[in-house]
Amino acid sequence: MTTTIIWTIAIISGLGLLLALTLYLVAQRFKVEEDPRVELVEKAMPGANCGGCGFAGCHAFADSAVKASNLDNHYCPVGGNETMKKVAGILGYEVKEKAPMVAVVRCNGTCSARPRTNEYDGSLSCKVKASLYSGDTGCSYGCLGCGDCVAACQFGALSMDPQTGLPVVDEEKCTACGSCVKACPKAIIELRKKGPRGMREFVSCVNKDKGPFVKKACANACIGCGICFKTCTHDAITLENNVAYIDFGKCKLCRECEAMCPTGAIHGVNFPKPLDKEAVKARIQERQKKAREAAAAAAAAAKEAEDIKKEESNG
Amino acid sequence: MARRTFSIGGVHPNDAKISRDCKLEYLPIAPTVYIALSQHIGAPAKPVVAVGDKVKVGQVIAEPGAFMSAYIHSSVSGTVKSIGPRKDLSGNNQMVVEIAVEGDEWIESIDRSDTLVTAIPDDPKAIIEKIKLGGVVGLGGATFPTHVKLSPPPGKTCEMLIINGCECEPYLTSDFRTLLEKGEQVVVGTAIIKKALGVGKATIAIEDNKPEAIGHITKVVESLKSKGPEYSGIEVLPLMKKYPEGGEKQLIDAVMHRQVRSGGLPIDVGAVVDNVCTALAVYEAVQKNKPLIDNSVTVTGECFPKQANLVVRVGTPLNYVIDYLGGVPESAAKVISGGPMMGKAIANLEAATMKGTGGLLFLTKEQTKRMPESNCIRCGKCADACPMGLEPFLLNRLYKAGDTDALEANAAQDCIMCGCCLYSCPAGIPLLDAISQARGQVMGIMRARAAAAKATASSPTAK
Repeated sequence: MTTTIIWTIAIISGLGLLLALTLYLVAQRFKVEEDPRVELVEKAMPGANCGGCGFAGCHAFADSAVKASNLDNHYCPVGGNETMKKVAGILGYEVKEKAPMVAVVRCNGTCSARPRTNEYDGSLSCKVKASLYSGDTGCSYGCLGCGDCVAACQFGALSMDPQTGLPVVDEEKCTACGSCVKACPKAIIELRKKGPRGMREFVSCVNKDKGPFVKKACANACIGCGICFKTCTHDAITLENNVAYIDFGKCKLCRECEAMCPTGAIHGVNFPKPLDKEAVKARIQERQKKAREAAAAAAAAAKEAEDIKKEESNG
Repeated sequence: MARRTFSIGGVHPNDAKISRDCKLEYLPIAPTVYIALSQHIGAPAKPVVAVGDKVKVGQVIAEPGAFMSAYIHSSVSGTVKSIGPRKDLSGNNQMVVEIAVEGDEWIESIDRSDTLVTAIPDDPKAIIEKIKLGGVVGLGGATFPTHVKLSPPPGKTCEMLIINGCECEPYLTSDFRTLLEKGEQVVVGTAIIKKALGVGKATIAIEDNKPEAIGHITKVVESLKSKGPEYSGIEVLPLMKKYPEGGEKQLIDAVMHRQVRSGGLPIDVGAVVDNVCTALAVYEAVQKNKPLIDNSVTVTGECFPKQANLVVRVGTPLNYVIDYLGGVPESAAKVISGGPMMGKAIANLEAATMKGTGGLLFLTKEQTKRMPESNCIRCGKCADACPMGLEPFLLNRLYKAGDTDALEANAAQDCIMCGCCLYSCPAGIPLLDAISQARGQVMGIMRARAAAAKATASSPTAK
């Protein structure tokens, strides 16, 4: 009995040692040489493997960054400028700083503003729902509310608000990796510049239908009236397909469009003071009045000059 | 003799053909019709009328936008009120031509008499041209332009024409009524398609839950045999009732015992399949110069008080059809366009009918209730039921894991979306939802790959 046990232990241990030795020798013989900097860069990365940089994961990013001649096509949105500085330090490259971005949900069709027109009982997936029909409200462009974006977010930055039925972005947690942008079949979520102290303006609607139809479907929608477009003095707003869009590169955060919007489709967030709509409206009206007067004066002056010219030519 | 059917999978839902005794009835014309510009597979048609134009019944209002496209004709006479986006039955915008109806004036070239014209034009090219000008598309559901189907690519020959009279979807009876009441026209249409293809044999396949239709068509085929050489070689084949018998690939398997390979077309195995209503439309287009301006629609459901098989002009608003029969019943929870297996729930009853609309089905809350989803118990019923020989449980799992390579290897692109897997799953897993997504993804990848291969092949630097 005892001998059997001893023999068993001896044989198993012997086998183990032999196989370990074989594995070690094979590993030495067929070792893949890798640039040691790849490992260093990978360690400096956040390690989320989210794919926000456009590569398959952090290792793929590191591998590509080490082989590249500069870092122009490499940027980790999750780690941001800090991580990129570290990576640049390891590789000895220059790095261009990028403004921090954040995911913005451009739909404000809350349960109360956007009445349900039918009942959906299929799979709880926005993708499936979008392939079947336009959604359970009158708006065929808005949020479907099944939370594909929430499932796609690896940082826990998105959550569904049960009151409004819309996803909410936690700015602290959002890394602007873009997973939610890819997951949304209605292309509602956009990566926008975070803005100074988080202040930003955006049109919270993507409905391309004409005004009357939009109004019927949702009380908070952009009706494409173009008032914001006419108000903006920074050339930041474009109006295409019956929906306004604010270019965050040009917006100066004056909030005039927000004050003038008749449906409240333009949102300003993280501003220190609440918007005094009346004051801003008065300011705009004053400015427009002055502009009109100036235009009238200029026209009168031009006419006078022309009259003088005519008189001169006649005389 | 054992009854013939397809060899893999299939299910046996209750056929519920409660409207089978309702005769075809012409629906009065609606005050306004909305004719969509994309009623077929392929590019949308390009409108050739302008707002304010007077149009007559049968007048062309849109021309094909590409090779794979079809003519669209006005189904009414009146004035074009607008051309613009309108919500279709799934609630998405689609370009439509809105026509306000005034009277019922037809263009002169259309023969509106009931006489059966059995003399078939000699030139196959002329026949196909007439079918193209008639805007005929496949009325079995896929709305594939018929003139494209009847022009097989060079190097491929058709050995048999199959006319699909299976109507395997439960509830629907419009094909059955067409066979009974317009059987002569269907058989002449079959002979015309046969001539256009230059093929010797044609089979009209009918499921054996429609014995009246089988009997009637057999008699008609016999009586027309003397009319000319085109009428010989047509035979009627009863098939065992099994869903999805009317699926193109299943039908070829049942009739010819041949299987279309993955990614292939029926013509690869020498078959062309057309629906009975398509055969009727071909007859009308070729013999009577009447383009495809109306189609038969079954309006049915246990909760619907007045069953009907209506001949409806293309572009008639759905709520006009329903109001004609007494409105939506209280107990109806869901309205479906098409049959219960493959039909689509309608989100917008203001939408209009299209060439391919085959049925309006009303279901109660009890009938549409989804089973609560639970875990897969690996029973394999879905794999047994799949008529394409796929493994739905596996595809579902791979889709959830996002493994597109494995999805392609397991032929997710071959899914015909018949719903047999979902029907048979005892755990209530929405298999079809996942697989249809997976199918779309894989087909997208395959198309992109084919386009890339084409680009490399045609670029001058490629060797």
